[in-house]
Amino acid sequence: MNNKITAITGNEAVAYAIKQINPDVMAAYPITPQTALIQKFSEYVADGLVDTEFVTVESEHSAMSACVGAAAAGGRVMTATAANGLALMFEILYVASSNRLPIIMPMVNRALSGPINIHCDHGDSMAARGSSWIQIYSENVQEAYDNTIQAVRIAEHMQVRLPAMVMYDGFITSHGIECVEFLDDDKVAKFVGEYPPRYPLLDINHPVTYGPLDLYDYYFEHKRQQAEAIKNAQKIVLEVAEEFKQISGREYGLFEEYQLSDAERAIVVLSSTAGTTKQVVDELRVKGEKVGLLKLRLFRPFPYKEIAKALSHLKAIAILDRSDSFGGFGGPLFTEIRSALLDSEKIPQNVNYIYGLGGRDINQTDITSIYTDLEKIVETGKVGERVKYFGVRE
Amino acid sequence: MSDDKKLGWKEIPEGGLIIKAGNSATYETGSWRSSRPVRDVDKCTNCLICWVYCPDSSILTSEGKLTGIDYYHCKGCGICAEECPVKAIKMVDEKEFTD
Repeated sequence: MNNKITAITGNEAVAYAIKQINPDVMAAYPITPQTALIQKFSEYVADGLVDTEFVTVESEHSAMSACVGAAAAGGRVMTATAANGLALMFEILYVASSNRLPIIMPMVNRALSGPINIHCDHGDSMAARGSSWIQIYSENVQEAYDNTIQAVRIAEHMQVRLPAMVMYDGFITSHGIECVEFLDDDKVAKFVGEYPPRYPLLDINHPVTYGPLDLYDYYFEHKRQQAEAIKNAQKIVLEVAEEFKQISGREYGLFEEYQLSDAERAIVVLSSTAGTTKQVVDELRVKGEKVGLLKLRLFRPFPYKEIAKALSHLKAIAILDRSDSFGGFGGPLFTEIRSALLDSEKIPQNVNYIYGLGGRDINQTDITSIYTDLEKIVETGKVGERVKYFGVRE
Repeated sequence: MSDDKKLGWKEIPEGGLIIKAGNSATYETGSWRSSRPVRDVDKCTNCLICWVYCPDSSILTSEGKLTGIDYYHCKGCGICAEECPVKAIKMVDEKEFTD
């Protein structure tokens, strides 16, 4: 493919993706650990390397509001945020999705306050999992770059028309320098294509009203449309991935199966921890242990049938959640996967590990111990505590 | 629960967008009413004070005369009854009606 390889941080790689996408409008407010992305992109704006109207706003609530206005006007619109910034956007996240505006938002995962913390966990994006935004999680810098570009096509597809957020882990991926293969500018430009507006406010020959009062007699129907649209996104994700493979040589799916097909024990996890887990899988495989990994890429819509199919042959599964759903029966990933497995003929033993909150590291020794736990579960048939807090001091 | 006369989710514009102007005329707000303005034709002087004050354009007129009340849109606010100088409009509880 002869694309150039660059050593670069996650934030700078995603800023570069946005430069190549060249959106009409970007409205964003800096927040750690996303700041370097906005900083880099504002340099591109200052240097005249993009055509983007960059709106410097006073808060994330305003950032998302400006995005909604610009998208309704008929532009290709992007923003980016993390943690508390996402929380401040919350009201407008729903306005964006319900108005069917395909805004693209890199979302750098960081623990929500409080107590205040700037490091990685997934509590921020998981809080928005019911907001009708498409959610794509990235393991590393390459995936953050690739997913940002693909998200444009997924969100803008006429059978979808919903906003999308692309997650990558705060500091681990946002500030870690990795080797990334960038696509040429013209390839990205051709891939994302011209923005296909629908009902743009600036089309004065076809006036429309956005956001009218919608009561008990129609609101439910509009929510039903959203449910269908986000369901449609699943097949579009695969179509776009296939097209992306043609220009990049890189393969993407709903999730990645790593040594999974003949595995007896597996870990299910999102984002950068999947990289650590692959290393452990390789080591244990050398010793002859039948272990594997399922790394979820698409969390919304949740591909429950495909996941259940990929996992049902296992003897035991550890589902790792980098966020808690306080008071619920396990973390968000666990409840989804356990529920998805209920329709399987044979339900594997399953256990939930809440881990890594507030950026607490998880290393290869930790992951190895989880595979050892699963081995004991397979031997004894006893799960013990179904939801475990992993790596916390008692 | 459901209303068969209304369109289903596949038939309406996405996101609640109004893509055809002036469609509020086809939207029934009369069902919100808890009491109904009823005019005493004998008392009415056709001064049209009610027509001036009605916030929902529900006082129907023809050639300068009051011809009726648009119950499809009237929300029953009672301003017409309050403002009528000859007390020709009374607000009557909706439970008194079967339609």
